Amino acid sequence: MSETSANAATPADAEDPILTVRDLRVFYGTPRGAARAVDRVSLTIRPGETLGVVGESGSGKSTLGRGILRLLPEGTGVDGEVLYKGQNLVKMTPDQLRRMRGPELGLIFQEPMTRLNPLLRIQEHFEEALKQHHPELKRDELRRRALAALGRTGIPPTRYRQYPHEFSGGMRQRIMIALALVLNPTLLIADEPTTALDVIVEAQIIRLLADLKKTTGTAVMLITHNLGIVAEACDRVAVMYGGKIVEEGDARSVFADPQHPYTQALLRSTISLETTELHTIPGAPPSLINPPQGCLFSPRCGHAMKVCARKAPAEQRLEDGRRVECWLHCPGAIPAGEEAPLERQEITVADEA
Amino acid sequence: MAGGGSSLKSYLLVRTLLVIPTIFILLTLVFVLMRVAPGNPVSAALGGHVPQAVIQEISHRLGYDRPLYQQFGSYLWNLAHGDFGATITDKRQVSDIILVNGAATLELTLAAAIVALAVGIPIGLIAGRFRDRPIDAASRIFGIIMYAMPVFVLGLLAQIVFGSWLGWLPISDQASPMTSALMTTHTNLLLVDAVIDGDWDSFWDVLQHLVLPAGTLGLVFAGVFVRLVRINVIRTLKDDYIEAARARGIREQAVVYRHAFRNALVPVITVIGLEIALLMGGAVLTETTFNWPGIGHALYTYLQNRDYAAVQGIVIVFGLVVVFASLLVDILSALIDPRMRYQ
Ligand SMILES: Nc1ncnc2c1ncn2[C@@H]1O[C@H](COP(=O)(O)OP(=O)(O)OP(=O)(O)O)[C@@H](O)[C@H]1O
Ligand code: SF4
Ligand SMILES: [Mg+2]
Repeated sequence: MSETSANAATPADAEDPILTVRDLRVFYGTPRGAARAVDRVSLTIRPGETLGVVGESGSGKSTLGRGILRLLPEGTGVDGEVLYKGQNLVKMTPDQLRRMRGPELGLIFQEPMTRLNPLLRIQEHFEEALKQHHPELKRDELRRRALAALGRTGIPPTRYRQYPHEFSGGMRQRIMIALALVLNPTLLIADEPTTALDVIVEAQIIRLLADLKKTTGTAVMLITHNLGIVAEACDRVAVMYGGKIVEEGDARSVFADPQHPYTQALLRSTISLETTELHTIPGAPPSLINPPQGCLFSPRCGHAMKVCARKAPAEQRLEDGRRVECWLHCPGAIPAGEEAPLERQEITVADEA
Repeated sequence: MAGGGSSLKSYLLVRTLLVIPTIFILLTLVFVLMRVAPGNPVSAALGGHVPQAVIQEISHRLGYDRPLYQQFGSYLWNLAHGDFGATITDKRQVSDIILVNGAATLELTLAAAIVALAVGIPIGLIAGRFRDRPIDAASRIFGIIMYAMPVFVLGLLAQIVFGSWLGWLPISDQASPMTSALMTTHTNLLLVDAVIDGDWDSFWDVLQHLVLPAGTLGLVFAGVFVRLVRINVIRTLKDDYIEAARARGIREQAVVYRHAFRNALVPVITVIGLEIALLMGGAVLTETTFNWPGIGHALYTYLQNRDYAAVQGIVIVFGLVVVFASLLVDILSALIDPRMRYQ
């Protein structure tokens, strides 16, 4: 099933992917057992492309982003392939991996307020990062590059020698972005970069990321649970549920015509938020330690069939290049008699309409 | 730097001015506590067999027969003029005790503080950095033992091992009698005096005498610093900016040294100030154990002799040291932490 995604490059997008993730699994050790936060995820990102990653809280978005850089707590299991420019990051030694972080793969975080060292000036942050990866650079050049990166994100040179606490949250996120960009990464992973910021600042940061993509050609993996942002800023979108990608494809087509019942429910929940009518997806996300049998969404899915609770659906590729993991898209493979609606013990989920 | 400097200045000014009411409260408290003690301080100090007339004569000379508010007034007046009064039992000037014995205590405390920091901080840093590894376990055992061990027990052990068994080091006094007799006094700090005179034999002798008491007191406090620094390193290593630095591919060594260690040590400075008070408490016990002619040793002697005039003077000095030490620490932390500098 992962083979389909590995050969994803259709003739239309001839450029080779810069990042190919194949069957990536990340499991956290917990006292109650392994939590499969990312479970057999495959995806590709091409140069200059923006991939949105959406899903409910706890669906494994951050774990996926960090798993690519292997920036995970000690004792976390990682399995599968993360191919970047032909090298498998999963197989790299810690030091090889460290050299990739920054100049190849950048990462910015949700809470900008605490991401800068309070005892160091902005200047010291930049000099440290640049010296680490380009020890040959002279002082003037360090400064020039740092100020150029800050300038691109709208921070004036006069503030170069200030301390982090002298900046607002939005400005600190701009600094974090500049600090990532100054190393010229090919891919920037942005983990909910605007969640902690107010709407106006959020819009500014998203516009900034979109502009950067145009001017620098940096590919972006934008993790968010704000679907509006994805529609606005992303080329493609991957929808995560319970550590898996359940639907992935061109952002506009996915939003116009969601194919997976979970995507449909997710879109409905945001639309109704805009009409101030509270409409959340009924039920709770699946346990990652003892996941339900079959399709992870089956306990909450309005279309669930008998087969869904027994066997996980295989990934299907639709004509528009989209990937979906749902039995509704491979009716031919459902064993006879198992197309019947799933009867559940609890009624809570069924009366969703 | 723009703008913020003035708020730092006003913070420092207010913090410094706060010393005045603090000292006033301290002095009042000491005065009240000393007068609350039952009985006539003179008869308490001189004992029952002194004729009543003599006691009254001395009480009158020392002003103990005047109304309390007058006593309080002249107490403050005298203190303000640097007159700490005299002891009853041996009629020494308290200011002389402060100068001579205080210098001995200062020498001991500073040396102990150096030992405590030099031992405690590196062990704490390494233990926190290598959490749950053998080195961490060892450091925790060290911390627990030092924490549980009373100063005088450790002192006694040190005396037995290094003094009696191995015979490497002197186990009491600040210098050998010969050295004391030969040295000239400049600062009352014997090591400094020896350096001033270029008298290296005396210097060596004094240093040898210093090793056991300072080592004992220092190791006990090193235990506190190990625990504190270790916890701070562990906490700091979980901070968001540490992860962000790793995400930029900063070498782990640099992450640990430049980011974690520096940030972990900021709160330690504050604690050093608090520890100074405890260190002086520890000095009393250490000085008695090692017969160190410090101010704690003097306090102990005068307490035994119930010389309240002497005790009062010494307690005030202890109080003043704590007040100024915490002032110093607050100023230092304000200068070190940029967040404090600007708010
Ligand atoms: N260090 C950890 N140890 C154990 N479990 C973890 C750890 N970090 C995350 N998890 C679990 O892994 C799952 C996925 O977490 P993750 O942070 O990747 O989700 P997310 O999609 O980013 O959610 P959010 O939208 O809230 O950021 C969650 O169930 C979470 O509880
Ligand atoms: S596989 Fe079944 S349960 Fe899962 S989303 Fe599709 S229809 Fe719903
Ligand atoms: Mg997250």
